[in-house]
Amino acid sequence: MISSFLVAAGGFFGAISRVAASKRINQYNKRELPLGTLVVNLVGSFLLGLVIGSNMNHSLFLLFGTGFLGAFTTFSTFKLENIQLHMKKKWKTLILYIVLSYSLGILLAFAGLKIGYSL
Amino acid sequence: MIYLFIGIGGIVGALIRYYVGLMFVNQTLSGFPISTLIVNLLGCFALGWFTTRVATRKIMRPEIISGLGTGLIGSFTTFSTFSADALLLMQENRLGTAFTYVSLSLFGGIIFSFAGHWLGEVRHSRVKGDVS
Repeated sequence: MISSFLVAAGGFFGAISRVAASKRINQYNKRELPLGTLVVNLVGSFLLGLVIGSNMNHSLFLLFGTGFLGAFTTFSTFKLENIQLHMKKKWKTLILYIVLSYSLGILLAFAGLKIGYSL
Repeated sequence: MIYLFIGIGGIVGALIRYYVGLMFVNQTLSGFPISTLIVNLLGCFALGWFTTRVATRKIMRPEIISGLGTGLIGSFTTFSTFSADALLLMQENRLGTAFTYVSLSLFGGIIFSFAGHWLGEVRHSRVKGDVS
């Protein structure tokens, strides 16, 4: 019961933070590349690496990791934007978006994990 | 106000993702992150369908659309856990499994999004056909 509450609280703030951050980023974004989702997903991957590396207790992990960062980042919007770029025939941007998301996502999770270990 | 709907969607999405994870916790499939993959692919399908079928027709208030699409489905799927899963597989030197996981997410996600989008369009055009 308490576990569900922690995940729910994290999910509430994670979703709101994602939308607020990506709206703010997209305000200044003049490119075809969906920078809002990209930045949010990369920052979230780094922070989750940090959270895992720092080996925090299970309750805090449910709140920050599963709840907040799980909801802060999104896979479905990322893929939907892939499809939208494909339909607009922006294939260079599509490939750039996919390559940046996957490579930097895993790389930043690695950086977060390393920094987390040393905390 | 719209943020309240998104937050509530976030609660529901995160909870369902958490419960799906718990369902698979004892069925590790030799450490393959199956629950994250299932959640992400289902979410891709759901958002593709929802955006095409529901969100483009003005049958719901915009804050409800944002709450369900961006809030619920957006929070149900996760990119951070995907990155961490892939990284941990690589660190365990299970490169084949890591490659399979990334490939299934990459191509599976696109296929499931397309399938949802397609289903939304097919149903949509059939409804329009009935009217005319």
